[in-house]
Amino acid sequence: MTALTTNGILSSTRAELLRLRKWPAVWVTIGAWLALSLMFGYLFNYLSYTSGDSSFSTEGTTKAALLAEMMPANVPDVFVQGMPMFGGALMMVLGAIVAGNGYGWGTWKTVFTQGPSRTSVLAGSLVSVTVAVLGVMVTSLVVDFGCSLVIAGTEGQSIVWPSLGAMVESFGAGFLVLEMWALAGFVLGTVARGPALSVGLGLVWALVIENLLRGVGQLLSPVEAFTEILPGTAAGSLIGSIVGVERGGDGTPGVLDVLSGTQATWTVAVYVVVLPLVALWLVRRRDVV
Amino acid sequence: MNESVVETHGLTKRYGDRLAVDRVDMTVKTGEVYGFLGPNGAGKTTTLRMMLGLIRPTAGSASVLGQPAGRPDVTARIGALIEGPGFYPYLSGLDNLRVMARYRGLPKSTAAAALARVDLADRGSDKFKSYSLGMKQRLGVASALMGDPELIVLDEPTNGLDPAGMADMRSLIVELARGGQTVLLSSHLLDEVQEICDRVGVINKGRLLRESTVADLRGGASLVVRGFPVDATLAVAMEVAGEDAVHLDGEDVLLDVSPGQAPDLTRALVARGVDVHQIGSTERTLESVFFEMTTEKEAVS
Repeated sequence: MTALTTNGILSSTRAELLRLRKWPAVWVTIGAWLALSLMFGYLFNYLSYTSGDSSFSTEGTTKAALLAEMMPANVPDVFVQGMPMFGGALMMVLGAIVAGNGYGWGTWKTVFTQGPSRTSVLAGSLVSVTVAVLGVMVTSLVVDFGCSLVIAGTEGQSIVWPSLGAMVESFGAGFLVLEMWALAGFVLGTVARGPALSVGLGLVWALVIENLLRGVGQLLSPVEAFTEILPGTAAGSLIGSIVGVERGGDGTPGVLDVLSGTQATWTVAVYVVVLPLVALWLVRRRDVV
Repeated sequence: MNESVVETHGLTKRYGDRLAVDRVDMTVKTGEVYGFLGPNGAGKTTTLRMMLGLIRPTAGSASVLGQPAGRPDVTARIGALIEGPGFYPYLSGLDNLRVMARYRGLPKSTAAAALARVDLADRGSDKFKSYSLGMKQRLGVASALMGDPELIVLDEPTNGLDPAGMADMRSLIVELARGGQTVLLSSHLLDEVQEICDRVGVINKGRLLRESTVADLRGGASLVVRGFPVDATLAVAMEVAGEDAVHLDGEDVLLDVSPGQAPDLTRALVARGVDVHQIGSTERTLESVFFEMTTEKEAVS
């Protein structure tokens, strides 16, 4: 890599970070994830625990088990369990708006005339999205620990920390899943040259089509084989390998046990490598009009 | 002064069956203000986009600052405003320039200085989406000026500006040229181009029809005489200027001679008993030349 490219990537990353940091839509997306994560990870469970009522996600769970789920030792599981479904969907929205809006606003045109090569600009944008994903994860982790400590303190429970290994495993798996969906959104935004179509298509795919295909796959084996390489299946299975999947139970939406942990990790990793290359290929060869 | 900053050779862009730019050979020289003229859809913006590497030519080549167009090290030496300003609507004008300054690897202070140069300093903290069209345009020009690039490409920079804003923009462009920067200005405002450009290229339907200095394009000044009887006026005019240099346009006799010959012509006409009703010099405007060129070509095609 030449010095020119390195400088271009650095300057592009600094520029992208500045504009992402000041973009309300980014904060809304991140805020939505944190709110959903808190609601489904702690709020509903705590309300069920204190009221004794069962919600759809706590049916058949004892109060002791509910409390245990909200303790610091269980943070590695709670932290990642929402990622295959709404965490991934929200990161896909983030990637799609970062890439797609630039076409409608004409900002890519402006940026491509500033000096850095298209490769550098794209790399800078992808690094910035990755920084945003990491920021989301760190914030989410801190908030999850904060909630679990408050609940443990309120309920007079002794504090047991999770093992470092479990934390690293969760963080790594969660990062791969969120990064994959953010990159998928980035590619969709680039393909569609706008955020609306890419967000719509991406969400329908992630939340509906993949589920339907897995349903069909139970009847048709070629479709089943196809579903095993889909991003949703891989992401769900990767998280499923960490948090576990209830056999025959309703379980957490999006968390699957279709693939083994290793297989799922490799599949998600392949997406994380291939998706930026697809975006790069498209951006480099396209006319910017 | 004569070194070329931009050179295109057979530059062509085709979109399906439509030829947007057709074998354009164009040269912009160091330090000049070059006016790129053409009606809407003539191919001006497409040509400029190819010079900046935003789109790839179907055929031909463009070199800018001695390098193939589109190379990052070349683009970094160009400031450009292409087909309207493209900025982040949620950011202020100043923050938009800061983002672009970061892309260029320029210090933060460059953004404020550029904003002041286009008289937007007092609105720098307002969101871009709240700007009027004229303010957006000025922000685009400010972005193009950051870092004092060697070549400034401005595509319709006065779009949306009020008369005072247009005058300011003209002054700014002249000032840039005086400072040694080369300006490539695309416009369909012919008065503007006539006033500030050294050389012009006229493009229509993708073809570069002519490239020359503004003075050459307009042709020399000539004399127009209205005298009676007309045939006597015509005869005297031919004696003074030569047959080939005289044309009759209704009752007016046009002479392709220097306006300095007016006294000689007047004396000759009076001596031959012609009643001289009017005598004066006439200059073709760039506008009239432009319309002649574009309509001639259209008539031929």
